[in-house]
Parts: sequence; C-alpha cells; structure tokens
Amino acid sequence: MNIDKNARYNVSHEWARKDGAELVTGISDHAQHALGDIVYVELPAVGKALKKGETFGVVESVKAASDMYMPMSGTITAVNDALSADPALVNREPYAGGWMIKYTPSNPAEWDQLLDSAAYEAQAAKE
Amino acid sequence: MNRTRLYDWHVAAGAKMAPFAGYEMPITYPLGAVEEHLVTRRSVGLFDIDHMGQIEVKGPKADAFVARMATAKIDDMKDGDARYSLLLNDRGTVIDDLFIYKIPGSWWIVVNASNRLEDLAWFNAHNDEGVSIVDHSDETYMIAVQGPRAIELMDLVADAKISDYPRFSSGRAKVLGVPCLVGRTGYTGEDGVELFFPAEDAVKLWTGLLAEGERRGIETKAIGLAARDSLRFEAGMPLHGHEISQDIYPLESGFKWACDFEKDFVGKAALLKLQEDGVSRKLVGVELPAGGVPREGYELQSPEGARIGVVVAGMYCPTAKKFAANALVDPAFGKSGLAVKIVVRGKALDAMTIKRPLYVPAYRR
Repeated sequence: MNIDKNARYNVSHEWARKDGAELVTGISDHAQHALGDIVYVELPAVGKALKKGETFGVVESVKAASDMYMPMSGTITAVNDALSADPALVNREPYAGGWMIKYTPSNPAEWDQLLDSAAYEAQAAKE
Repeated sequence: MNRTRLYDWHVAAGAKMAPFAGYEMPITYPLGAVEEHLVTRRSVGLFDIDHMGQIEVKGPKADAFVARMATAKIDDMKDGDARYSLLLNDRGTVIDDLFIYKIPGSWWIVVNASNRLEDLAWFNAHNDEGVSIVDHSDETYMIAVQGPRAIELMDLVADAKISDYPRFSSGRAKVLGVPCLVGRTGYTGEDGVELFFPAEDAVKLWTGLLAEGERRGIETKAIGLAARDSLRFEAGMPLHGHEISQDIYPLESGFKWACDFEKDFVGKAALLKLQEDGVSRKLVGVELPAGGVPREGYELQSPEGARIGVVVAGMYCPTAKKFAANALVDPAFGKSGLAVKIVVRGKALDAMTIKRPLYVPAYRR
C-alpha cells in the first residue's frame, strides 16, 4: 500500500494535506484498492461549509457506494472536475490526480486530531 | 462454503473472492472489473463458472418431459442444438432460466447454481414420464471462453473445428487433450464457447488456455463475476433474481419469445390468463445521462415525482460508457425515450428510458 507521508488521515480512509492556506482531500491508496474500480464520484458544491465528520461526497465502485467524510471542518473552494470524465484517476493516482476537494479550514486545530501517516499505515495494515 | 478446483489459482492470482450461490468465487482480479469487461469485448475472457449446475435427463419419454417442463420450443431440436428456456412454476413465474443442450441420447440442462436444488426437486416432483434425472454438477467442470477471438483460440487448441459449429450448437471435442462437451453459447454478448469436462482437469485446462492464448498472441485473461455481470447486463441477458424471478412473470420482463404457446408447458395456463388480464409492470432500460450509479432497489419516479417502479439491476456499463439500469415499471413507462427519475440515495436524478440491449450480442449481428 502506498502512503503519502505528507498527509494525515481519517480512520475512514480519507487523507488531508496542507496546500498553502488550504487543505486538499482524497481517499487513500488502501481505500481505492479495497473499493476496486471506481466508476463515479459525487462531490459537493463549491462554497459549501462542512463540519469535520460530515459527508462531503460519495465514491461509487463497480459494486458499492461509499460515503466520504470531511477530515476537518471547512468551506469548499474547489472540486476535482477531472473525476467526472475519468473517475479511475482515484484508482491510479489516489494522492495526486485523484484528489477530490480543496477547502479552507474553519478550525485548523483539527489537524492534530488526524492520524499521522505511520498511525494510518498501521491501522490500514490490520484491515 | 464450497470452493471450486480453481480456488487456489484465483487466490494466487490476487483475486478478490466473495460468496456467490454457496461458492467462494472470484469477483475481480487485479486487472479490475472494468478492464476485465473490456478485454472480453476486444479479445478473450476466461470464466470459472463451475458453480453452474448440470442436470442430465434421459429415457424413452425424455423429449416429452423436457418439452412439458421448459417453456422453449423443444420438438424441433436435433442432436447438437442448444436453446435458452425458462422453467416456470404453476403461477407462471420463473423458477430458473436454463440452457438446454440436445446431445446424442439425452438432454443436458445447465441451471443456475442458486436454483439447482429447487430445479431438481421441481423436475422430480413432475416426473410423470418416468425419466432419469441425474445431477452431474459435482463431477462436471464448466469454463466459459468468450470474446471476439475466442473461436480463433478454440480452433488452435481443439481437435475439432469449433468455427464450424453453428451458434447455439454443441459437439464433443478434445481441448488441450481434455474431452469436452463444447457449446457455442455464452453469457457475455460475445461469440465463444462454454466447456463441460471432468472436474479433475480444471486446473490443466484453465492454465493451458491462458498459456496458449499468450503463446499465440491472443490476449486471454481470467475474468471475475463482476465483469460477467456487466457483460451480460449490457448484452440484455437476464440474471435470475433480478430481471426474472419467482416474483416476476416472463411476460413482464419481455420473455414471451422464450415461451412456445403452441405446446403445453408448466405455467402456460397462468401466462394465458395474464395475457388476457394484461401485465401490471414492464421491464425497461433506464439511463442516467448525467451520471450516478443506479442500483437494485432504487425507486423510479415519473417526472412529477410519483412512484412508478423499481430498479432490478443497474451499473456502469464499460463498453456503452453509460450508467444504466433495468427497472420494472408501470406499463405506461415501459417504452424508450421517456423522461423519468431515479432516486439515488435520496436525490431524484433525471433519467431516460432507453432501448435494450445497450450492446447488441454477437449472435444478433
């Protein structure tokens, strides 16, 4: 499993990475592998304010739909439009081209509540 | 939980295994369900379908028994012919769908794994003709070889010219030295064969076909049940428990063509009455043009938001590149080109009824 060491993680397999004053979020390599081929991604409207733990979108694999949860609270500033034409980007590049949302954090202290990459790797390895 | 003789091969190949009809079956390989689907459409896919059941019927009155049990026209079938049929209960709903092969001296009936025991019980309970009914499922292995290059591959590995077999026929041939009943049939919408052979040769034939494909430059890959489902769905073929079931009349899901009303068969009286009364639902294809994955159980609505039916199967279709569903709906919505809605996780998305199938099967081209 690939881990982005610059990112922090939700127990539910979303990653968050700092990008200037903003945060970027997608799902982990472990998660995309467990889901299998991703055929559709539903993302929120830009401008939407979401709290940590709230659903920001849905990822649909061949066999199932899975909710995705905000690693931190914030207001959506951009979504990855490339995923509508090529949702398999999430499978191929979960930490790069397969990113899902950018948002400005409303409570930056929540960063410290996320799992660091070593803790996430240990958790994912147990699944 | 049963395991097929290829279980260890599937696990070693990195397949995701899951229970299906009492068997632990490969759902996808590391290639992924979408690419597995596309390989089958462009070259050759190999399917472990050992979970399918095989029932042999023979005896002096076997023709009469099969004709009475199956909905399909039977009396014109000659040795070597193969035909799709339904098996109905007295209410006229579908116990199972069958592929019936007339082979010299008997009838070879392929049934769904999940319905095998019920089919057998039904056959035995209706055996007025005193025929012999033998379940060969355990000692018979079944592999499907499907795709536009499948027949080319078969001609290279069999001791008979499989390309001379007409569609929907069968014959006996040795494939890589293994004695097989070879049916030019399948469940993908592609040309190809289904092989029936002694179970102990499963690994030999499976690995041999993959190796021969590679050696001959014919791309040949193992395909899991997820792609098998999307292939059959695109090609308009039903899956029992979805488009057909004991809760669905064949006249609702468009299978009148599989019923021979010129003869007597179990369930015919119920269908004749239904024809008089009219059906209350029809199977229709539905597309979500803006995306979203329609799944079984999702509600269909009229443009005004009234409930008009339910999705029985739905998915992303890799060849058609569409998000599509089959739905049982109010007959008023049972034709193509109508605006409807599908409720996807609480949101009513704009959808359109479409013509089925999304992918015209090879045998109809």
